[in-house]
Amino acid sequence: MSILELHNVSIRYITGDFKEIGLKEYFIRKMTGNYHVTEFWADKDVTFSLEKGDLLGIIGANGAGKSTLLKVISGIMEPTKGWIKRNGSIAALLELSSGFDGELTVKENAYLRGAMLGYTRKFMDETFKEIIEFADLKEFEDRPFKQLSSGMKSRLAFSIASLVKPDILILDEVLSVGDGAFRKKSEQKMQEMMGGGTTTILVSHSLNQIEDMCSKILWLDKGKQIEFGDDVHGICARYEEFLEKKNKSR
Amino acid sequence: MIKKLEKYSFLFQELVKRDFKKKYKRTVIGMGWSILSPLLQLLVMRLIFTQFFGRNMEHYTTYLFCGNLVFSYFSESTGQGMSSLMGNSSIFTKVNIPKYLFLFSKNVQSLINFGLVLIVFFIFCILDGITFTWKFILLIYPIVSLLLFNIGVGLILSALFVFFRDIQYLWSIFTQLLMYLSAIFYSIDSYNERMQELFLLNPIYLHIRYFRKIVIDGTIPSVWFHLLMIADVAIVLGIGCWMYKKYNTKFLYYV
Repeated sequence: MSILELHNVSIRYITGDFKEIGLKEYFIRKMTGNYHVTEFWADKDVTFSLEKGDLLGIIGANGAGKSTLLKVISGIMEPTKGWIKRNGSIAALLELSSGFDGELTVKENAYLRGAMLGYTRKFMDETFKEIIEFADLKEFEDRPFKQLSSGMKSRLAFSIASLVKPDILILDEVLSVGDGAFRKKSEQKMQEMMGGGTTTILVSHSLNQIEDMCSKILWLDKGKQIEFGDDVHGICARYEEFLEKKNKSR
Repeated sequence: MIKKLEKYSFLFQELVKRDFKKKYKRTVIGMGWSILSPLLQLLVMRLIFTQFFGRNMEHYTTYLFCGNLVFSYFSESTGQGMSSLMGNSSIFTKVNIPKYLFLFSKNVQSLINFGLVLIVFFIFCILDGITFTWKFILLIYPIVSLLLFNIGVGLILSALFVFFRDIQYLWSIFTQLLMYLSAIFYSIDSYNERMQELFLLNPIYLHIRYFRKIVIDGTIPSVWFHLLMIADVAIVLGIGCWMYKKYNTKFLYYV
């Protein structure tokens, strides 16, 4: 049985003048006909399924619909059309370092994040030491979070996320942060998790990383699914070719 | 539902902790402010209005305090709750958790403040020579009702606030007007009967009146009065829940 199944998932995204305008502005624009709302398909007919232990890499240029797709998979958004089936728990880390609170200490933030990911307090008490050691932030434990560098922040975020044992783990641009040493450590951790049966979805702009780690690739372009399959090197090569062509025609 | 509550109880505790810490950060007397502010209001009202409204009224201080107690809880809870969803937009657009938890967390804070002021209220009652009867237990009814009413209004406001930021200014004007309409420092006896009935349309007035009936008059409001309060609560809670349900996955378009 597949652990995650998407069938013809399409998502219509709306954007436009309704954001951040006041009531006055809203009425004026409505009356003068200057009120614009744009609808577009952020994802169109995406179909794929993942098995236990798969590591899916999603590739595509900016605006290809990667983040929107992840939001649907994690349940923050609903597909406009099509359906999605999840057979297990999901831990999603989208844009890791946001959602932390600068005023709280590192420890408090770790607990808050852990709670958001659905851990229990007991679990956090037991694993906090492990988390902080993995992130190499022992001496920062009681410092306000805002004093941390951005690399440290994402190190903490990754450490918390990777200690869960969810059935599906979603990582959005997580591994491209942190210094070389930490990157190596986190890649190792990911391999370990895959061996343990966690299905992982990874978005990264580093094609090398995806090619090295992933067992399946999904290639999106402007919301459309170009390719999906386990021919990692083949798809990556075609994607690279596609990028080159695009650069040339510019 | 219960399973869900259990699942999110840890998150809820952490959110409450966070909100507490942020609210009282860098303030010298911390929670003292929350008690001090309604007390100062009470003091000013007592000094000013006794001349005009309180001369032929027994227990005018308690009369004022009943109004102040209920109204300050209402305005604090709804005012603070309004920004609860928007203020956590960086969280709910990234993690799938129940969005009402943010509001509930704020409400815990104002409920605790209310509890502290309530204790001061009882102390004032003793000083004002009020006799305590078993009927005081019935005060649980307006308290629970007010809590639910505040949650309902908070749900509506926090959802609207995501769509229109102006709502905060509108709301502060509205609460100010509502304060004058809630008979906090005057008595409605001098109005004719029809006018007096109109006051019953104001849910806040209902709660204030319940307090006064029990504490000052020592009488229990009628069954109809109870039902009227439930109806108000049901309406705002219903609208609030409906909005959260309807826009659950759509809020993120607006932030």
